[in-house]
Amino acid sequence: MSLLIPHDIPQAITKHISKPMTEEAVLNLNHVSIKYSDKTAVNDVSFVIAKHKVTSIIGPSGCGKSTLLRSLNRMNDFIPGVSIDGEITFNNQDLYSKGVDAVEVRRRIGMVFQKPNPFPKSIYKNIAWGPSINGFDGSMEELVERSLKQAALWNEVKDRLHESALSLSGGQQQRLCIARALAMEPDILLMDEPCSALDPISTAHIEDLIFELKSRYTIVIVTHNMHQAARISDYTAFMEMGELIEFDVTNEIFTRPKQKRTEEYVTGRFG
Amino acid sequence: MNILNGSAYPNNGVHLNKRHRKAKLFSMLCSLVTWLGVALLGVLLYQVSSDGFKWLDLQFLTSFPSRFPYKAGIKSALVGTLWLISMVAFIAIPIGVATALYLEELSGQGRMNRLIELNISNLAGVPSIVYGIIGLAVFVRGLALERSLVAGALTMSLLILPVIIIASREAIKSVPMSIRHAAFALGATRLQTARDHVLPASYSGILTGVILALSRAIGETAPLIMIGALTYVAFLPEGPMDSFTALPIQIYNWVSRPQQEFHQLAAGGIIVLLAVLLMMNTIAIVIRYKTERKYK
Repeated sequence: MSLLIPHDIPQAITKHISKPMTEEAVLNLNHVSIKYSDKTAVNDVSFVIAKHKVTSIIGPSGCGKSTLLRSLNRMNDFIPGVSIDGEITFNNQDLYSKGVDAVEVRRRIGMVFQKPNPFPKSIYKNIAWGPSINGFDGSMEELVERSLKQAALWNEVKDRLHESALSLSGGQQQRLCIARALAMEPDILLMDEPCSALDPISTAHIEDLIFELKSRYTIVIVTHNMHQAARISDYTAFMEMGELIEFDVTNEIFTRPKQKRTEEYVTGRFG
Repeated sequence: MNILNGSAYPNNGVHLNKRHRKAKLFSMLCSLVTWLGVALLGVLLYQVSSDGFKWLDLQFLTSFPSRFPYKAGIKSALVGTLWLISMVAFIAIPIGVATALYLEELSGQGRMNRLIELNISNLAGVPSIVYGIIGLAVFVRGLALERSLVAGALTMSLLILPVIIIASREAIKSVPMSIRHAAFALGATRLQTARDHVLPASYSGILTGVILALSRAIGETAPLIMIGALTYVAFLPEGPMDSFTALPIQIYNWVSRPQQEFHQLAAGGIIVLLAVLLMMNTIAIVIRYKTERKYK
């Protein structure tokens, strides 16, 4: 574990963060700007993602938080007209430099989407497909079981692994999508409002799950539910209109925000 | 009725009645038009079967054409059509589906792509006789394939390729983006995503397009006449290089004769053609049902 010494942390953060981060940084965002054609969606954002911690990105709709999240595993590549400036380094390698294969990036940085999107295939195949196309050569049955257990879904589906994934409930489908991502044993798991399409009970399930997973995975979660961010995350980034307003330890953001805008948002006075 | 009185819409009751009447009128009009089409088809079928049914027997199906109506049959035409349609399917389906997959999934959305797309849509509207002329110039003469099954199948494939491509593209487009994103996020390439998820999910739509296209090919006469498919064939094609005839040509030939009996024979031929079409559609529906059930 390497301590983050000040020059590792972008200037914008050291100004605000309340205490020095002691964790190893896996992702380093350095003056990141993202444009859709001419429209700027994310403007000069810098912060770090700490290893084996949950970092949440909050902010009002349209503030660029999902765009920023998708840039972390190059899912924005599929949207025509997107351009990115600045640097996102993962293990000291810029994700957007020439030699980097986006397919490899996505294999190591997994993603869970807003709406559960299982493949219209069996539960088993949903898990097994990713590993099989990426040349997994261990025991697939064990991997499927392990992934489903990690996603706290095993007990509910162990007797119906070969039934269609679409027969599951919305919350179960989302946990299946998490299991599917975990089967790739990613270094980082990105979650784009994973609970917004779910009922409160399913949401609680997923939140418990995120809590369990952070001992082994680094998680970045976008949410517009502030209470969720407060409950599950260690660090919080607050964004507004494409800019990072404040990044700090979650507790600080919600109890002693340094910026007025952050305070207004987290106390519910706007947004 | 008058619960809305005193509101900002005092005449709402009257207006509502008017709107209901209009809606009713329109739906009646629509159902009338629908039934008109069905009725016309019914009359046509009735006429054809009343003329043709008495000629439909084993002898009709197993005899070659003849000068004498009671000896004449459609064996060579039926076999020719089956040959032709199998070869067309063999040529056109892989090319058409691969083209659609390339344009939708694998190539970027460049200007070239749009140009190709525009051209394909235009080609779908070109009259079939024009394809016949191309077939004659390129396949029959240019490649010296003569009046063979291959020349006919290649010409027919050209004719239906735009239809297959357009239908397949639509089917591929209708696959939700979220499925592709799910695959990409697991570290899949475009090809792996297309092969394992997009294609299976668009299977039934592609199949519908393919069957529509093949049905069109089975009924086309003009291009076959143009490339010189024979009207009197007293042998069965044994290979793709043999000359052939097909059901619509045989029907066309019989209709153009003066004798009443041959007209009735033509009606018999139409029934056989319809039966072949119906069989193809049934097969398609069965396959579709099976694949759809797999994905539910």
